[in-house]
Amino acid sequence: MNFDANIPGGPLDAKWDRHLADLRLVSPANKRKFHVIVVGSGLAGASAAASLAELGYRVSCFCFQDSPRRAHSIAAQGGINAAKNYQNDGDSAWRLFFDTIKGGDFRSREANVYRLAQVSANIIDQCVAQGVPFAREYGGMLANRSFGGAQVSRTFYARGQTGQQLLLGAYQALERMVGRGSITMYPRHEMLELVIVNGRARGIVARDLVSGEMESFVGDAVVLATGGYGNVFFLSTNAKGCNVTAAYRAYKQGAGFANPCFTQIHPTCIPVSGEYQSKLTLMSESLRNDGRVWVPKAPGDARASQNIPEPERDYYLERKYPAFGNLAPRDIASRAAKEACDDGRGVGPGGRGVYLDFASAIQRLGEPTIRDRYGNLFEMYERITGENPYRTPMRIYPAAHYTMGGLWVDYNLMSTLPGLHVVGEANFSDHGANRLGASALMQGLADGYFILPYTIGDYLAGARLEAVDASHASFRAAEQRATARLDRLLAIDGARSVDSFYKELGHVMWNECGMTRNREGLQRALRRIPEIRSEFWENVKVPGAAATLNQSLEKAGRVADFLEFGELVCLDALQREESCGGHFRTEFQTADGEALRDDAHFAHVAVWEYQGTDQAPVRHVEPLDFEFVKLATRSYK
Amino acid sequence: MRLTLKVWRQAGPADRGGFRTYQAHDVSEHMSFLEMLDVVNEDLLATAEEPIAFDHDCREGICGTCALMINGMPHGPKHATTTCQLHMRSFHDGDTITIEPWRARAFPVLRDLVVDRSSFDRIISAGGFVTAPTGSAQDANAILVPKDQSDLAMDAAACIGCGACVAACPNGSAMLFTAAKVVHLALLPQGQPERSRRVLAMVHQMDAEAFGGCTLFGECEAACPKEITIENIMRMNRDLMRATLRDRGDREAEALA
Repeated sequence: MNFDANIPGGPLDAKWDRHLADLRLVSPANKRKFHVIVVGSGLAGASAAASLAELGYRVSCFCFQDSPRRAHSIAAQGGINAAKNYQNDGDSAWRLFFDTIKGGDFRSREANVYRLAQVSANIIDQCVAQGVPFAREYGGMLANRSFGGAQVSRTFYARGQTGQQLLLGAYQALERMVGRGSITMYPRHEMLELVIVNGRARGIVARDLVSGEMESFVGDAVVLATGGYGNVFFLSTNAKGCNVTAAYRAYKQGAGFANPCFTQIHPTCIPVSGEYQSKLTLMSESLRNDGRVWVPKAPGDARASQNIPEPERDYYLERKYPAFGNLAPRDIASRAAKEACDDGRGVGPGGRGVYLDFASAIQRLGEPTIRDRYGNLFEMYERITGENPYRTPMRIYPAAHYTMGGLWVDYNLMSTLPGLHVVGEANFSDHGANRLGASALMQGLADGYFILPYTIGDYLAGARLEAVDASHASFRAAEQRATARLDRLLAIDGARSVDSFYKELGHVMWNECGMTRNREGLQRALRRIPEIRSEFWENVKVPGAAATLNQSLEKAGRVADFLEFGELVCLDALQREESCGGHFRTEFQTADGEALRDDAHFAHVAVWEYQGTDQAPVRHVEPLDFEFVKLATRSYK
Repeated sequence: MRLTLKVWRQAGPADRGGFRTYQAHDVSEHMSFLEMLDVVNEDLLATAEEPIAFDHDCREGICGTCALMINGMPHGPKHATTTCQLHMRSFHDGDTITIEPWRARAFPVLRDLVVDRSSFDRIISAGGFVTAPTGSAQDANAILVPKDQSDLAMDAAACIGCGACVAACPNGSAMLFTAAKVVHLALLPQGQPERSRRVLAMVHQMDAEAFGGCTLFGECEAACPKEITIENIMRMNRDLMRATLRDRGDREAEALA
């Protein structure tokens, strides 16, 4: 496996410009000869598809949803970071870069992160030009707010629906190119196989989810923009359809998978209410700007919140992290909530919750201001819980939310498989071991609008691609693999539902590989997951047929992949014998319970290479060189 | 609680379809409507019947995928709430609940409660955008936008494209959906150059997709989970009239502007 990250030389702030000057170009007349397959239509996929089509490439774009506008980027609430320094508070590309590297606990590549910070400003310009209605001040200028892990206000937002507005901007750009005939959109299509011809990614096999038909699509390059794998935990804030299938099938074809154990648990979600729970709902991190997190000081204190006097409350984030207080980064805030609940001080049913209290903000700013800032979030909370957060504090608890790990990519966003590019949450590149709030939207759009469109041209200009069509043996074989797998799932006709296996996997993942991990638990998980998997393949019941719209079959295929992939996540967590960011190994912590990194042995990217069914994958290492920042212990105290 | 469900079942686009009745036991008031259906589907596994197909994804009210007609109301009885955010505390023990797909000529049923809403994408594709190719933008603060105008644009832009407005309309009209996008972009300076072209193209496409005409029943506004107001239709009609007349080179249009 080739792990040359292709990072250009020179000073940090000149690398990208220099690289742009060196990238090969495809002439306008030749661009239309190239066909690019983009899988996924979220921020990264839609922006990439639109931008590539605008450049003149022929693009096919696939999504499993009924419309590209529904990709899960739409659910991002809080905002998007950009180093505009409109607030004159001393922000710069360097500062955004440094916050991101530090927030990621020094487990990401300097060059990639710096580039992300550099292009962040262009993203805001682009989105405003598309008509994204960002929040504004009375003077007509754009408004900003602050977010976790930063001491400047650099977050742009559109009420609590920033992801929606950014995605609709990208979706509209995509639909414009659909109207002009340069993008062919395939909604309700699910990629099931990546096709490799002579060592290069040349296409995909996708299933039409309405007719059930299996089809091959041939291209000159493939772009995966298929999001993260947070649903490996079953309960997460991800949409129900989010899955690892496309990325995992690419891994099985030889693409390296980087840092799968780097998963993010978001501190502010609505707690689980019962066994039937199907997903968890995020309450935007922006709420921590004005909400104060607390639990009772005494374990087992069952009084209602209003009956607990001030001196008997523990505002534990403010106490432990006075510099950042309630705006401590996500991994830290999540673990602190878990500790409080493990101490028996949790609130609400089952004791798995902490308060997020707006009483002092309402007193200070008045209810109308709070309503203006968070009205839609408060309404959503009330719809789900039946409680009014203007009167009683919200109850929140951490939930799986985002995955920093993903398919390995180089500086050009190309995976270890030539021709396979990976953008957005699906790649591993920019967030290290922990992502800062409002940085996912930034990265998705940076990749799709401002990085991939340049770097893919370099690949296409340099690749000598032979003419291939869907009758090629590799495509036929991939179609057969995909069809055989579905037939096998349908033929089992066992006694248990797909969801029962999925929940079982989710419990194991959450308990053994969630907010905290340790050797014993991970080893337990690594024994248990193969057992669940083998029972799945013997005893699952998937009703219906392959040649129709069959939602049970879709889900079964995705869960089957999670049952393999979950093992890889645990394996990676076991082998990374340090704590960093969202990966907290209880064996590796400081005296006061903070993450203890081991830079001497683990300042690297772990990249997993598939070796075949029932073979242990091989762990490779890409060392991380810190040339421009000094490795330091993160402190938010 | 214990509920009786009358659910529309249809094997495929060509099938005639019909209602089937199911019993739901042990329904908790804290369940969402879709979680209740998940439980019904788990129970169906033990029978020869296939699970009920329904569209859903984010389950937090923003993706616009879920689309159920519940007791004749799109997204059910609760104001400004999508199906996925509707909780069973809105119902009572012993209730009979009728569940249907969106009914509209432009939204053909694919299976059970799943419909094809790609006509919405084609309306956007016809003109629901600002032509701003990647890389061509100037600094974001170079053009000022008054806050109240930007807020109004955001009100319209909040549309999630679920189609409840069409399902609620006796004419099956997509006016509210189309107007929301037209008005969002017409209120912003960035949307001005294509303002006339946009409204003409989108309304033309809406008609071509066999959506009905608007006779201002107002059902759409009542059904909209994002509280998009009918005022947007007035604003779009004004733009449409001006654009249509201008298209004919009419001087009256200039006066209207």
